[in-house]
Amino acid sequence: MEIVLIGLNHRTASVDLRERVAFTPEQAREAAEQLRSRGILEESLVLSTCNRSELYGVPREDATDSAGAVELFVASFHQLSLNELNGSLYRHRDSHAVRHLFRVAAGLDSMLLGEAEILGQVRDAYQIALDRGETGPVLNRMFQAALEVGKRVRNETELGARPVSVAFSGVKLAERIFGKLNNHRALIVGAGATSEQVVRHLCDRGVKQLRVLNRTPEHAVDLAARFGGEVVPWENLAAALDWPDLIVTSVSASEPILTRSIIGRAMAARGNRALLLIDLGVPRNVASDVSDVYNTYLYNIDDLTEIVEQNKKARVAEIPRAETIIDEQVDKFLHWQAGVAAGAVLGDLRNKLAAEHEAFVQERLASMPNLSEEDRAKVAAMLREFLDRVVITPAERMRGIPELRRKLQNFEAIRDLFRLDREKP
Amino acid sequence: MTSPYVIATLLFYAASLALYVWNLREPSRVAGIGATSCLVVGLALHYMALLARSRLIHAVPYDDLFGSLSLFAWLLAATYLCLEAIHRRRAVGPFVLPIVLGVFLLAHLPEARPVKAPPAQGPLFAFHVTLNILAYSAFAISFVLSIIFLVQNRRLRDHKLGVVGWRFPALDVLERMTRSSVLIGCASLAAGMTAGLIWAHRLEGRYWDGDPKVIVTVLILLIYVGYTFLSRTAAWRGARASALCIFNFMFVIFSYSIVNRYLSHFHRYF
Repeated sequence: MEIVLIGLNHRTASVDLRERVAFTPEQAREAAEQLRSRGILEESLVLSTCNRSELYGVPREDATDSAGAVELFVASFHQLSLNELNGSLYRHRDSHAVRHLFRVAAGLDSMLLGEAEILGQVRDAYQIALDRGETGPVLNRMFQAALEVGKRVRNETELGARPVSVAFSGVKLAERIFGKLNNHRALIVGAGATSEQVVRHLCDRGVKQLRVLNRTPEHAVDLAARFGGEVVPWENLAAALDWPDLIVTSVSASEPILTRSIIGRAMAARGNRALLLIDLGVPRNVASDVSDVYNTYLYNIDDLTEIVEQNKKARVAEIPRAETIIDEQVDKFLHWQAGVAAGAVLGDLRNKLAAEHEAFVQERLASMPNLSEEDRAKVAAMLREFLDRVVITPAERMRGIPELRRKLQNFEAIRDLFRLDREKP
Repeated sequence: MTSPYVIATLLFYAASLALYVWNLREPSRVAGIGATSCLVVGLALHYMALLARSRLIHAVPYDDLFGSLSLFAWLLAATYLCLEAIHRRRAVGPFVLPIVLGVFLLAHLPEARPVKAPPAQGPLFAFHVTLNILAYSAFAISFVLSIIFLVQNRRLRDHKLGVVGWRFPALDVLERMTRSSVLIGCASLAAGMTAGLIWAHRLEGRYWDGDPKVIVTVLILLIYVGYTFLSRTAAWRGARASALCIFNFMFVIFSYSIVNRYLSHFHRYF
């Protein structure tokens, strides 16, 4: 019941190579199917995102170099030579493969530490493989555990809790002031790429209403149309300030477009309801003394960048807690795996001993013709009882008690010890 | 403080506080659920401690200052638990539990002695006292929430959210929670006062015998009603309203301590 993992990611391969080894959803299905149909793997799953391509599998019992075979397959599938992949592919087996997947699901292996999207991508890849019957008991258990790890790490640590992009930080700050944004309104001043990122996050967080202002009206119309907002003419800027709870500015201007007096008037008109101003413009679009106006919260690009840096450090500090959860779940998975292995070994052991016992009794009793049938039966029963006491009962205990299995790290050694593979009954 | 219920309550409240603090520092499902569970068990044990105390001194808990303090702590914890359940926020727990724990300790440290009960009692009197103490508990929570609001507001304005700042409820949520607490407090206080006045009229044939406690209580009701109106006006909305709420609670403390101890002749517990 070996587990193999072959893959490459943003740490081991250039973007050029990652692009060439990436699997589209259709290719992922095809590759998984071919790996099984060619007899390389019994269970297979392809996980392919923009930063990684990984093949997880359970090889056949009699396979000798399954990892090598998967590597060859990857190269031929993408019409690459092994030399081109050399040094970029990583190979993991058993507990290392399990740990790797759990770290991936937790976001520890991501380019952006703790990012949440990867868990969804792992879930999707697993669901596709499950629906097509490409996974079996081992990969099912492993990926279900990985999804649990991802969920636990997100719930029990701060790894993904704090924003690490400027745009998202601004939106999260708004949530620290207003709570849920579905009852709040945003005004976007400037329709550039930076504004668009903020708008995207605002819409994801369910902002109630959105208005866009831009010197070039066409850009405002385009942005508003894509995100279901309204356009306000540039000339109405001052009047438009009474309306929102959140203002995001990102325009090219040598002087601040929002001064203390403008915001002061707007605050009076809006009954001093809290106002968050996110100034993404360089030079700044909002005068710094606006922060003195009662109930306003002003953040410029530097403030947000500093928050991002702090949050990145905070995420790094959460790694040990995430690793503890991963250790716990790897241990749990390995116990389960050992339990399944113990069941298989014990079945073989029982069959083997039964056959040995039968042959041994027949052979020895043949040289004792004086024994009655009753005595022969008694001798056979005594030997059976002896075997049960010495071997079977302890073995049964081992199956029932996880602690014993932990102590017997390499349970498979019993196969070699009793030559279970060589002389199957 | 010999009752085993008192010691057990103390232990569970302390455990709950420790877990709430842990949960604020390093949010975890286990710590959060543990904190709430300990608080629930603590509340149940506290109830048993109140019952045991009443049996010992042959009086209801609110017949003496220490009993009323214990009841206050119990209602404070219970009100907080309701707020936590409604708003699903545990970040306020670390700030409410120290008050619960402190008041509980203060109430149960001295040996409980039989007290001279008021001249006549009954359900109306029970309502009067319980509702007033409930009002004070609600005001205490609004006080804690207002402090958190001011701290969080300062952090947000100074761009220094820090680790804990990201875990506190949003300012808007804190404001709404404060208003809810004050509303509960005002309603309880108004009902409690009414019950008290009717009870006094039945007992002595008049509603008010010049006790300053009544004047101070009416004043408390007025300033909190004032808060509910002012907190929605342009001039007071936000930090100013929170500061006002903190200021108002000083009157509650004054009423509960100085007025009860030195000024009131009818609400004196000693």
